[in-house]
Amino acid sequence: MKEGRPRSFYVLAIFFAAYVLFLYGPMIAIYVLSFQGPQGGLTFPMNGVSTFWIAKLFQGTGIVDLGAAFRRSLLLGVIVMIATVVLSVAAGMAFRRKFKAQSILFYSAIASLIVPSIITSLGISLEFRIIDDLIKAHWNENFETSMGLLTSGLGAHLTWTLPFGLLIMFAIFNRFDPRLEEAARDLGATPWQTFRHVVLPIILPSVIGIGLFGFTLSWDELARSSQAIGAVNTLPLDLQGLTTTVTNPDIYALGTVISAVSFAVITLALGTIHMLNKRQAAKGSDAGKGLV
Amino acid sequence: MDMSEEVLQEATPGLLPGSGTARAAKPTRLSPSFISWLQAGPMMLVFLAFFLIPLVFVVIVSFWDYNEYQLLPAFSGRGYTDTFEGCIAQLPDLCTIGKTYVMTLKLCFMVWAITLFLGFWVAYFLAFHVKSKTWQMGLSLLCTIPFWTSNVIRMIAWIPLLGRNGLVNSGLMKTGLINHPLEWLLFSEFSVVLALVHLFTFFMVVPIFNSMVRIDKSLIEAAYDAGATGFQTLVNVIIPLAKPGIVIGSIFVITIVMGDFITIGVMGGQQIAAAGKIIETRVNALQFPAAAANAVILLAITFLIITMMSRIVDIKKEL
Repeated sequence: MKEGRPRSFYVLAIFFAAYVLFLYGPMIAIYVLSFQGPQGGLTFPMNGVSTFWIAKLFQGTGIVDLGAAFRRSLLLGVIVMIATVVLSVAAGMAFRRKFKAQSILFYSAIASLIVPSIITSLGISLEFRIIDDLIKAHWNENFETSMGLLTSGLGAHLTWTLPFGLLIMFAIFNRFDPRLEEAARDLGATPWQTFRHVVLPIILPSVIGIGLFGFTLSWDELARSSQAIGAVNTLPLDLQGLTTTVTNPDIYALGTVISAVSFAVITLALGTIHMLNKRQAAKGSDAGKGLV
Repeated sequence: MDMSEEVLQEATPGLLPGSGTARAAKPTRLSPSFISWLQAGPMMLVFLAFFLIPLVFVVIVSFWDYNEYQLLPAFSGRGYTDTFEGCIAQLPDLCTIGKTYVMTLKLCFMVWAITLFLGFWVAYFLAFHVKSKTWQMGLSLLCTIPFWTSNVIRMIAWIPLLGRNGLVNSGLMKTGLINHPLEWLLFSEFSVVLALVHLFTFFMVVPIFNSMVRIDKSLIEAAYDAGATGFQTLVNVIIPLAKPGIVIGSIFVITIVMGDFITIGVMGGQQIAAAGKIIETRVNALQFPAAAANAVILLAITFLIITMMSRIVDIKKEL
């Protein structure tokens, strides 16, 4: 049937390439521009090449206290990542069997994903304001606020990352062979041993994927943080604040630094996943492949 | 909580009687339904505390009263009457909220149409023209990586290209096509739509691709064998079978744009009014009941759109 590629292949290949250029082109432009010379402005052409703006960022002479925001975002990102992985894997295991609140949990996750972020964010901020008012009225008049990075902020981020984690778990168990667990059980493994030595190693690459989503979505989160983060700012909030005021490449330098962290995490995660897959292919058992 | 308890008996559902009799029958083992609760409970609690209860508060507070600096927990329709102020008096002209929603829906429609077109053909290429699994993975990953990077950065990224002295303007000036820089390229409806398409086409590509890879290739061969042209196959075989993905992608894109206030703010130069932005403005003015009332209205309209769309497809079956 096939003699070479059809013409539509080449048309769509060009279309796809143009889309990828559209995706990456502008991003690359600001990475390049953040290496402007000290006299450089917000646009091309480059006015010399230097690390002036990036260095300025780390000296703390810029507009934002980068160091503090950086540490806050990193802390929150790591906690969100761990919580997303643990809660998603646990809930994903629960969904393999029928349980009562199954569809409530499912629809909560989907709704959390598609209800506009500003509404969720506003709701969380109202909730914490009301809690604060109650505490002030009944217990402690001098109470400041219960809103904060690791209370309302953490909750807001989890409403965004957990649905992704759960959907990835669904995808994993859709193609998981339950006979592997049966085999482990037949050989006398306890349920915990079955999970630890059979299920977990098989799903580990995808679990790292959940972690990747958890961290990066939190690291860049903006809409849900906007009302719910409390008094302090995360890095993306600082960056957004700069968009209305800045007239020099500071903002590109900050963008480049934030992206560098994202890319480091992405590379680390994808590298680990690749390594695990390779090891599974080389050393994994042939269970489920033969004798069927 | 010890994880071993959570996964205990994971592999042996049904061997034990239900929760009511479990304790009597085998005191050392937990019943399967109790384990399910341990496993799913934490996530359920997070959604309860940070999503469901907050939504209830939004609805309650939208009926509260307020003054310049605080919430007054007494029933009042002021949040809503302030929002719809002048809507009847100004007829047949649209009031502020009316104009804002017309603008929001217009942005929604434009972004939806463009992301659907782009997303469909990108997914089509990946699903049907890329034969090797490795390439398919690699190219899908290429489309996904930007999703893991910051949205604000991807918005700012357009400034050096579209600005007054940006690449596009200076390029057009050099070729002599225009004499003055084009002002509508940045901080305009155009740049808002461009940025939204740039950010969210991903949400269209993934579900459509998922639907397309599930299509049995022999169906397409059968269509060709029966004499269908490429176009007929597309319209009568591929599009109907990819419909679930198209609907899910559309729901994502539409709900994102309906509630967006960041992209519209940054790329619109804080000048374009949209449904999400009103909420932000009201919150910044500390008018929480008015903000909540606007949130309820936005939620109702979003919910209406989703219900209409999910009539077309059963979401739960497709995931």
